[in-house]
Amino acid sequence: MAAAITQGVGATTALSSANSKKSRFSSRKSLPDRKGTFFVVRCDGSLTSGFNLRDSRNHRLYANAVATKQDDKTASTASKPGHELLLFEALREGLEEEMERDPRVCVMGEDVGHYGGSYKVTKGLAPKYGDLRVLDTPIAENSFTGMAIGAAMTGLRPIVEGMNMGFLLLAFNQISNNCGMLHYTSGGQFKIPVVIRGPGGVGRQLGAEHSQRLESYFQSIPGIQMVACSTPYNAKGLMKAAIRSDNPVILFEHVLLYNLKERIPDEEYVLNLEEAEMVRPGEHVTILTYSRMRYHVMQAAKTLVNKGYDPEVIDIRSLKPFDLYTIGNSVKKTHRVVIVEECMRTGGIGASLTASINEHFHDYLDAPIVCLSSQDVPTPYAGTLEEWTVVQPPQIVAAVEQLCQ
Amino acid sequence: MAQLTHRTPAVLKPISASFAATRHLTTASTTPITVETSLPFTGHNIDPPSRSVETSPQELLKFFRDMALMRRMEIAADSLYKAKLIRGFCHLYDGQEAVSIGMEAAITKKDCIITAYRDHCLFLGRGGTLLETFAELMGRKDGCSKGKGGSMHFYKKEGGFYGGHGIVGAQIPLGCGLAFAQKYSKDENVTFAMYGDGAANQGQLFEALNMAALWDLPAIFVCENNHYGMGTAEWRAAKSPAYYKRGDYAPGLKVDGMDALAVKQACKFAKEHALKNGPIILEMDTYRYHGHSMSDPGSTYRTRDEISGVRQERDPIERIRKLVLSHDLATEKELKDTEKEVRKEVDDAIAKAKESPHPDPSDLFTNVYVKGMGVESFGADRKELRAVLP
Repeated sequence: MAAAITQGVGATTALSSANSKKSRFSSRKSLPDRKGTFFVVRCDGSLTSGFNLRDSRNHRLYANAVATKQDDKTASTASKPGHELLLFEALREGLEEEMERDPRVCVMGEDVGHYGGSYKVTKGLAPKYGDLRVLDTPIAENSFTGMAIGAAMTGLRPIVEGMNMGFLLLAFNQISNNCGMLHYTSGGQFKIPVVIRGPGGVGRQLGAEHSQRLESYFQSIPGIQMVACSTPYNAKGLMKAAIRSDNPVILFEHVLLYNLKERIPDEEYVLNLEEAEMVRPGEHVTILTYSRMRYHVMQAAKTLVNKGYDPEVIDIRSLKPFDLYTIGNSVKKTHRVVIVEECMRTGGIGASLTASINEHFHDYLDAPIVCLSSQDVPTPYAGTLEEWTVVQPPQIVAAVEQLCQ
Repeated sequence: MAQLTHRTPAVLKPISASFAATRHLTTASTTPITVETSLPFTGHNIDPPSRSVETSPQELLKFFRDMALMRRMEIAADSLYKAKLIRGFCHLYDGQEAVSIGMEAAITKKDCIITAYRDHCLFLGRGGTLLETFAELMGRKDGCSKGKGGSMHFYKKEGGFYGGHGIVGAQIPLGCGLAFAQKYSKDENVTFAMYGDGAANQGQLFEALNMAALWDLPAIFVCENNHYGMGTAEWRAAKSPAYYKRGDYAPGLKVDGMDALAVKQACKFAKEHALKNGPIILEMDTYRYHGHSMSDPGSTYRTRDEISGVRQERDPIERIRKLVLSHDLATEKELKDTEKEVRKEVDDAIAKAKESPHPDPSDLFTNVYVKGMGVESFGADRKELRAVLP
């Protein structure tokens, strides 16, 4: 399934054992049975073989960036073999590396210290770094988020863990008014390098209040960035990037993805917060997705491929700002867009993305954008009903078939 | 007294009379004077400090001048608002100057102060200039927040002034965070998180107090009790208006907020306490002459007699004036000259601020994000490279 790349993207294909080490990013193989051809897409439109550097400093940078993931069983020994771990371990690794690197990085949240985190992301950090640096807070989301923001104003780099994203609704005032706005209203005097992270999304029958998708509520706050991770590889990279960023970043994880296993490189790597990930290049239709829906889409993609379609799947990763460059190039190639998201229909990320694509790339669209999102209902407890609230692979297949008629 | 000889030249040289008062300030002695505060302190779970405060002629004259400056600035802001040069919300601090002045006298610029929206005078106390104040109020480029913050968003990073916040009570957890950072970096400084009697009913205060007490953070919670939360009197909003007692496990101190020396004593005491034992609540019993903001006449929920009564009996500037006169530190005329000098300073600053340009339209988009740090950051069209990973 090596796709032919058209002039719009300007990338080249590379084989798995290739020397495509020096890529800015590469596609991830997320499902174990996909045979690998890795496509290395350079976002600035240059070819990967001789990457178009702006200066020699970047050259050194890319040498440190992650090599193409070698997922092949017959992998070459061109790079170090890497190590396998689960997504929450990848998050922990990223967090630990950053805490090691910068003494100003600290974590605060409920049960992050002695308990090790309700999803074990911070396990083992409190004995290593002490109780002040990995702080167990009382159940007071509004104030400990405010506390993190106040500490960030003086130069610390706190990471706030919401035990479940839904609880951060209590901290909405702090996130919206203080976190997002202080850099602007102080005329640039204060930076707020805070990271707010936590699991959200619909889990396995967790009930309505514990299955919230807050991306839609936070997306209009000016001054913050939002990213959603979906694989161990991008979880670690995005975690590190978010901590290093001087802007407030909200990192959305998903409750059901914590036990995903993947082999990630041993070398240090940091991903770009504003970039989308090309999961599977294609020709017929662009499917935009993020977080858990990526896996539903890939499952649907298998069916679609068997039926003869060639979908291009992009994990948008950056929810604010949208990576309109990658998305745009894809739209210019395929002329059809399907958005698959877990947010609600009304006012979700998909709604904004639809508006954005229509605004920028209207001339390239052959058909209206199809946006598949969750139903506008509180998530029910019953398993069968819960299944019906989120988008399922058969619905994605049906939508693509209808769009590509 | 040595001061007598300094005074006579000032009288004989009218041309330099405007500088006489300032010169007088700098040449005033620093011999300590002990003054009793107007009222004793009341403590909750703590032994209150003594009523005798040590001060000096220089300090008293400085208090007078600074408070006169703040009072003059707020009155000038009133006129500017009525002239529609200041728009939106404008919350004035006149009557409450003693809190700012007394606090500044007890602490350093390394200590942090964070407050709500009645922040003009606190900003001045922390080292802000009159030009920055008026320019910001009028929305000009030379303002402390480049005109983008407004009356409720004054900040001064170098002076340890963290604002300037519009949402009632939201600054208290931020203050807790400042104290956390101070504890984290072990730098022996404290944070004064200020809020009003209205905000004292916010849950965030108690959450922050709990955390500060749990981790022994060097946070001092200062309740500026001017007895009215906008239009609602304190007895109508709070079951227990003894705000200094509401901390329960955290000790509290009730202070006469119209007496700058009492405030100074209390803040010094609180700083020592916070560095050793964790948070303490200070309730400053104070009063504002203006309404809650410029859109509030201030007389629908209280009588004019009450306002003028407080002005006559408890005005902070008058108290210092009486102290200065009774200790013979300056003559009536010199104090009047100081006030005239201050008025001129304020008028000059306003004139300069009026000339300051409005922000460029491009400033709309600056400072939304921090550029230049972290990984590469592009715009939607990838044409403009904004930052590169170092």
